[in-house]
Amino acid sequence: MNIIEANNLTKYYGKSKGIENVNFTVKEGEIFGFIGPNGAGKSTTIRTLLGLIFPTSGSATIFGKDCIEKGHEVRRDIGYLPSEMFFYYKMKVWDLLKYSASFFEGDYSHRIEMLAETMELDLTRKIEDLSYGNKKKVGIVQGLLHSPKLIMLDEPTGGLDPLMQKKFFQLIREENQKGATIFFSSHILSEVQHLCHRVAIIKEGSIIQVEDISTLQKNNYKKIMLKGENLSKKSFNFEGITNLTMEDHTLRFFFKGDINQVKEKIQPYKVEDLLIEDPTLEEIFMHYYE
Amino acid sequence: MNIFKFELKTYWKSFFLWSLGIVALQIIMMVFYPSMAQDAQIMDLILENYPVELLQAIGLGEQVSLASVLGYYTFVFVFVQLVIGVQSGYYGFQFLSVEEREHTADFLFAKPVTRRRILVGKYFAALSILLLTSLVVAGSTFISIELFRDGRGYETGPLLMLLFSVPLFQLFFFSIGMLVTVMTKRIRSVISYALGFGFGLYVLNAFRSIVGGEMLGIFTPYYHFEPSYILMEGSIPLERALISIGIIISAHLITYVAYLKRNIRA
Repeated sequence: MNIIEANNLTKYYGKSKGIENVNFTVKEGEIFGFIGPNGAGKSTTIRTLLGLIFPTSGSATIFGKDCIEKGHEVRRDIGYLPSEMFFYYKMKVWDLLKYSASFFEGDYSHRIEMLAETMELDLTRKIEDLSYGNKKKVGIVQGLLHSPKLIMLDEPTGGLDPLMQKKFFQLIREENQKGATIFFSSHILSEVQHLCHRVAIIKEGSIIQVEDISTLQKNNYKKIMLKGENLSKKSFNFEGITNLTMEDHTLRFFFKGDINQVKEKIQPYKVEDLLIEDPTLEEIFMHYYE
Repeated sequence: MNIFKFELKTYWKSFFLWSLGIVALQIIMMVFYPSMAQDAQIMDLILENYPVELLQAIGLGEQVSLASVLGYYTFVFVFVQLVIGVQSGYYGFQFLSVEEREHTADFLFAKPVTRRRILVGKYFAALSILLLTSLVVAGSTFISIELFRDGRGYETGPLLMLLFSVPLFQLFFFSIGMLVTVMTKRIRSVISYALGFGFGLYVLNAFRSIVGGEMLGIFTPYYHFEPSYILMEGSIPLERALISIGIIISAHLITYVAYLKRNIRA
């Protein structure tokens, strides 16, 4: 079953484009990465899915229901962690979480305490006295307290120290293993690389690729470094080569295609050093953005 | 109900402070009534020497005698109106814009509630506070008059009518506040908007009373619910009040429709 289905989702703010014809599906139980630089439309997409803003055209369903028409029903099972957490700052953490829980049926006191313990969050403090990282923790607890079936994370790790990040990812993995679907928006690829099953890459408001992480890494691109005298850019300027640079007798490029082609090109040269490796996701990503 | 209760809680401190201000204003001004009434003839003489325009501008245009309880209270109530005008405007500009200004929208709007429920919860919390404020105004009106009337009598009918106009007067500013909120992207400074409308419309009415005519009065509730008229005539000027009511109703309808479709910005 598809948890999220975006169909030609489009949002214009007046004349300026937020997103355009965004299509993707998120399957039940997967961790779906949503990757793009700042301003690419990640938050716009999430905010549309959550009904904070209304699409100019197109539609989206979550759990099979329209995310605008049935927004309030859909959101019962969504936990959302925005990129920057702001709260009613005069409240105590515990009161805020109680208020948050009051939107859901049932008693969540125990769950709040448990999550706070995992995240090492002091429930008795006032929100305004909390550090950025601690506020983030409040956000995490309020996003997860009702054991949502879909967790939407918008740049979730900013402001968390590495130890806390690790704990956070552990928590997300656990929720995922318990059956929650995760929609993870980020511009930091290394985060996604380790956690996600699939990623969508968004650029200037449009999705340019949706791919399995493994495919993305193995999509035939090789990163090649050659070192030697007399190497010239010219002889390596052929089909399949991209990002060709020459510096200090060192030639670097990406190649997609039959590796034998490269082998033949290298043949005449005396090579001091040669490195062929898989590009990092970061590099693949940069590639999409050029 | 949870939104209503939560919102209500956020008002208590502000409600208490505004109420304190209103009560203090009325009592402090009424303290001067006994001496003012004793020297009434001198006072009225002095007033006669003031330019009529100035008297009109502070709401004492229509042969109001400061010697009578209600005459003096007319003068007091002009200031009360100013305060509740600013306060109601403040709540009106505040209650729908606060989430976006303080970035708490992502918290509230991602919860499983409809827009309508958010609006209704917030609206009725603010409305309750306004109604409580009008009760405070009524209470402190009678208390301050009883304390300082110095044995002079007054008619309660016109006074009740004046107090009855308070919720409408509040709703006018409150409605303008929420209307402007839903028509704009973001309200940055609530207090400056509230002061601007509260004083601006007052000045408009002062200007109107100087130059005369009704045209300028259309837009200002200080004219629709003019204390001197209500206290002297014993009734609210219906035609003028209807303008206010019309504006209030339209503002409510527009707010309702616009807020349900509003894009909540990050």
